[in-house]
Amino acid sequence: MTADVHQLAKMLHELDDQMVACMKCGMCQAVCPVFAETMNEGDVARGKIALLENLSHEMIKDPKGVQDKLNMCLLCGSCAANCPSGVKVLDIFLKARVIVNTYMGLPAVKKAIFQGLLTKPGVFNSVMDLASKFQGVFTKSANEVIGSSCSRIDLAAIEGRHFMPLAKKSLRKLEPARNTRPGKSGYRVAFFPGCVIDKIFPHVGQSVIKALTHHEVGIYMPAGQACCGIPALASGDKESFDKLVKRNLEIFEKENFDYLLTACATCTATMHELWPLMSGDKIQSMQDRIAAMSAKVMDVNQFMVDVLKVSMPVSGHGTKVTYHDPCHLKKSMKVFEQPRALLKSNPNMELVEMADADRCCGCGGSFNLQHYSVSKSIGDQKRDNIVASGAQVVATGCPACMLQISDVLSQHKDQIAVKHVMEIYADTL
Amino acid sequence: MLSTSLLTEFKTLLGKENVLESESDRHSYSYDAAVLDAVIPELVLRPTNSEQLGRTVALCNENKLPMTVRGAGTNLSGGTIPTKEHGVVILTNGLNKILEINEQDLYAVVQPGAVTAKFAAEVAKRGLFYPPDPGSQAVSTLGGNVAENAGGLRGLKYGVTKDYVMGVNFWNAEGEYIKSGGKTVKCVTGLNIAQLMVGSEGTLGVFDEIILKLVPPPVASKAMLAEFDDIAKASETVAAIIANKIVPCTLELLDNATINYVEDFTKAGLPRDAAAILLIEVDGGHIALVDDDAEKVLDICKKHGAKRVQMAKDAAEKNKLWEARRNALPALARARPTTVLEDATVPRSQIPAMIKAINEIGTKYKLQIGTFGHAGDGNLHPTILTDKRDKEEFHRVELAIDEIFDVALSLGGTLSGEHGIGLAKAKWLEKETSKATIIYSRRLKKAVDPNYLLNPGKIIGG
Repeated sequence: MTADVHQLAKMLHELDDQMVACMKCGMCQAVCPVFAETMNEGDVARGKIALLENLSHEMIKDPKGVQDKLNMCLLCGSCAANCPSGVKVLDIFLKARVIVNTYMGLPAVKKAIFQGLLTKPGVFNSVMDLASKFQGVFTKSANEVIGSSCSRIDLAAIEGRHFMPLAKKSLRKLEPARNTRPGKSGYRVAFFPGCVIDKIFPHVGQSVIKALTHHEVGIYMPAGQACCGIPALASGDKESFDKLVKRNLEIFEKENFDYLLTACATCTATMHELWPLMSGDKIQSMQDRIAAMSAKVMDVNQFMVDVLKVSMPVSGHGTKVTYHDPCHLKKSMKVFEQPRALLKSNPNMELVEMADADRCCGCGGSFNLQHYSVSKSIGDQKRDNIVASGAQVVATGCPACMLQISDVLSQHKDQIAVKHVMEIYADTL
Repeated sequence: MLSTSLLTEFKTLLGKENVLESESDRHSYSYDAAVLDAVIPELVLRPTNSEQLGRTVALCNENKLPMTVRGAGTNLSGGTIPTKEHGVVILTNGLNKILEINEQDLYAVVQPGAVTAKFAAEVAKRGLFYPPDPGSQAVSTLGGNVAENAGGLRGLKYGVTKDYVMGVNFWNAEGEYIKSGGKTVKCVTGLNIAQLMVGSEGTLGVFDEIILKLVPPPVASKAMLAEFDDIAKASETVAAIIANKIVPCTLELLDNATINYVEDFTKAGLPRDAAAILLIEVDGGHIALVDDDAEKVLDICKKHGAKRVQMAKDAAEKNKLWEARRNALPALARARPTTVLEDATVPRSQIPAMIKAINEIGTKYKLQIGTFGHAGDGNLHPTILTDKRDKEEFHRVELAIDEIFDVALSLGGTLSGEHGIGLAKAKWLEKETSKATIIYSRRLKKAVDPNYLLNPGKIIGG
């Protein structure tokens, strides 16, 4: 066992150069949503880095304790965006999760999901299609405006969540794979809807297709797309992550296009930032291929505004809409003006800013599954700010944020619709 | 090892979620922002009300457990690093309430764990002003600010934390309640114990409530950035501004090395060949008055040899001028893995001599040092850029720090303007004061903390 911990420590040395940049100033405490709830130093970036350092110097005997702290993180990147020394916190944490979780072993459930399901898109899709048909047996409608559901029976595992039901028909079923030439715009893009849009919010994907078609942008949307890989990577399952990256790479390399668009902030950040970051162990040619594909990845709002230059600010009035900044758009990709510009170009809507629009909603992907009470408290603050803004609609650029915001609004019986910016934009066309 | 019965007692008192005993939790409270070795505490406790805090202190005392109180852990001199044997960390972030903001009588009462910037924002909402603004204010706690007598950028005009402390109520080592100071402007009741608590770094008592003075805010301000090709000219400018009876609220200096680090980082177009830049901001109760002062300062800058002065016309321009100062630490911190941020302070007339000496020390020990700081009050931040993993280089850093302190003292200055003595500077204290001063301080401590359990080893060693 001791020899093994020694091995683990040695693997963590790889992160030493990045970790030593943390000067332990503690400024991350000001912005970490998890720390604001728990007030525990081990939950904030400085504390986690100190723990990883001590683990790598073999001062800590119990890696499980460090693993638990490491997983108590939304990966929202607020700390990195606010760090005076520019520590690459997310790089450190993701690599550390791979190292520590590989050493500790994946829990059986995750192993089954990632290795048995996620990496096999065909199987994954048919299981989810089946689930969509039978979900009504266990769930009932909770909020008509939001379209959320809750459990018919009181299940401990549900923890009172109000969740968005699986769509009756996935985007794949509604919008078949396509490969069209560019029209007037002269641009041709590939579209990566991602799992949540495909299975829960297909209308967001349809809005994207509608907008692209309207502007005569050629679309390459191949069948057989796999998950972007973030759920596996966040759980430290690098093997499944690599498989997913490779599969997507092979599918998208088949055609030429100018940009690879997604309407999911998390998919965008994963494909743009994390694909190349985690490719260091690959042969050079593979690294180059990943880098080339990553460079094409762009958020759809950014494409609309910066590339197509579609937005025309009008003095809109009517429905009040407020915008929530997904962490992976604002903090990871520095995209925050473009979605607002799109909202402002809608003559039937008036954009009202909520307080702390760029504060994390608390979803954090699997964080929500593992630490629901903390996730919900963070979400409740977001809900309060949304309600205080007086908006009738809350828009955002990430389906994962949409899930979380729908849950907290629905539980409070708020009559506020949750929409993707592209849905609102497509309505104007 | 602590006894199971004592642990149970703490859990009964505080709730088991507020008794942190796991290895990973204890390691999380073993350090602060000082570049010093971590010390793992045996236990971490988080009282959530005043009575719990008092009982916690009493229990630690009865069981001879040395206590280190910790707020945000941003200390730069090791004041919140726990004691080696059986050290207990007492967290104040469960005691973070603002208890009262009194707009008639211009005071506020806070718990020690209240965060400085949040408090200042609450005060500002009521049209009042709490000026002390240490660099860590976004996370630092008021208890920590008082215990360290924290400073900030506004020191010259508005003073530092000690100038705003009206009263401190605290638990003594035995867990008895001590009251000092009060809510009135005038108060001469008893010994001035409240001010003795200021800067005591947790060695004399455990703060429970702090009464702070509030003031009306300035209504207008104006900022300018002046470039100099000679640091002496910048220093003469500072002296001349003050001799002209103008006290700017900000008078910040960046030396040539810092200017270049910031320029490398931001590419904002700072003058790489300038010996120094001064960021000057004047404020006051009336816009006409402030404009008048700003014009006078501009004249003085030009008269004393400023190569170029930019005056901000509006808030956006002011924000842009501040960019260079705001990026000083981030730029320096990115240059090398380890950042040793010092705060040797000299009388403001000695700034050129001090910066010259710092640069010579840097050359002598082959170290990268950038200096920035508060030119108005002589509080400089020589920042040594290094890699603590390089033992040989870090040894040279330690030698350089020794010399920096020697020079500061020889110029009539002090070891620490605002970071505190803690563990990091305790060994130099006698040089600045005297053997008798340390003995006197130790006797004082012994008298109020006979078991030597309140943050032992800090400031006066022993």
